[in-house]
Amino acid sequence: MSRRRDEIEAERLLARALGPRGPELSCEQCFEALDRYVELELADADAAAAVPGMKAHLEGCPACDEDYRSLLAFLDREG
Amino acid sequence: MAMPTEATGASWDVRAAEDSDQLHARLSGGGPAREAAAVELHALLLKAARFEVGRRRGSLPHLRGDDRESLAQQSADDALMAVLAKLDQFRGESRFTTWAYKFALLEAGVKVRRRAWHGHEIPIEDEAWERLADAGAAVDQDVERRELIAALRTEIERSLSSRQREVLIAVALNDVPIDVLAERLGTTRGALYKTLHDARKKLRRALAERGLGLDADRIEGGR
Repeated sequence: MSRRRDEIEAERLLARALGPRGPELSCEQCFEALDRYVELELADADAAAAVPGMKAHLEGCPACDEDYRSLLAFLDREG
Repeated sequence: MAMPTEATGASWDVRAAEDSDQLHARLSGGGPAREAAAVELHALLLKAARFEVGRRRGSLPHLRGDDRESLAQQSADDALMAVLAKLDQFRGESRFTTWAYKFALLEAGVKVRRRAWHGHEIPIEDEAWERLADAGAAVDQDVERRELIAALRTEIERSLSSRQREVLIAVALNDVPIDVLAERLGTTRGALYKTLHDARKKLRRALAERGLGLDADRIEGGR
């Protein structure tokens, strides 16, 4: 692995250990708001402002982030 | 062909939104119309579950096509039960179908992650320490980052409860999916994430007390 990739991996590890910036939703709150959040994103609206704490939670929770990416990808494909 | 709505852009059309509303209305009613609507909903959920299983097939290289289909079917069945049980919780903040799809994607995602980890041991602490040591070596010319990584290991061992340490090491350092860990520990994703959140907060505070230069909003971040 190149030195640059090692440094990126080190930063990723630190970010995962120390968590996201700012207040964040819980997993339950994230799931509750996920459909609205994704539709706002697909409509090019300011989803992060409409659902405070969602973006931080998605940065901190890999499982919820996967659910978010899946819904986004599915709706994007289905139209 | 239906026209795009102003609110949701070109890929979203009025007819699909109306269909979605009608599906919710039929499910909320009774009799044969409700049964037919449940069959229709199951087909939609199955489409979403197949999409998710297909997207994640790389994590299940040993699974045959009919096993993947079975996983998608189970996910759609479980999602249908969840959606019907929570129907009165739908508040209309999105299309009904979008709201329903998230249950199918969640069920399929969790099932795929658990299947992918089936029979695998959760990595032990030593592997996390190796990863931290590698991270420290990668930033050896950055004194502040090197000190931060060294202190991080110390504080993980010193400041966290054994449960917090276990969850943080598995999920944050060893990349164990939180659903997999939740299943092994007999708890939920939400409960484990709360433990992880509290552990991170403790670590940020402990590191800040050492003057390790983390941003203020990182230190105070919380729910």
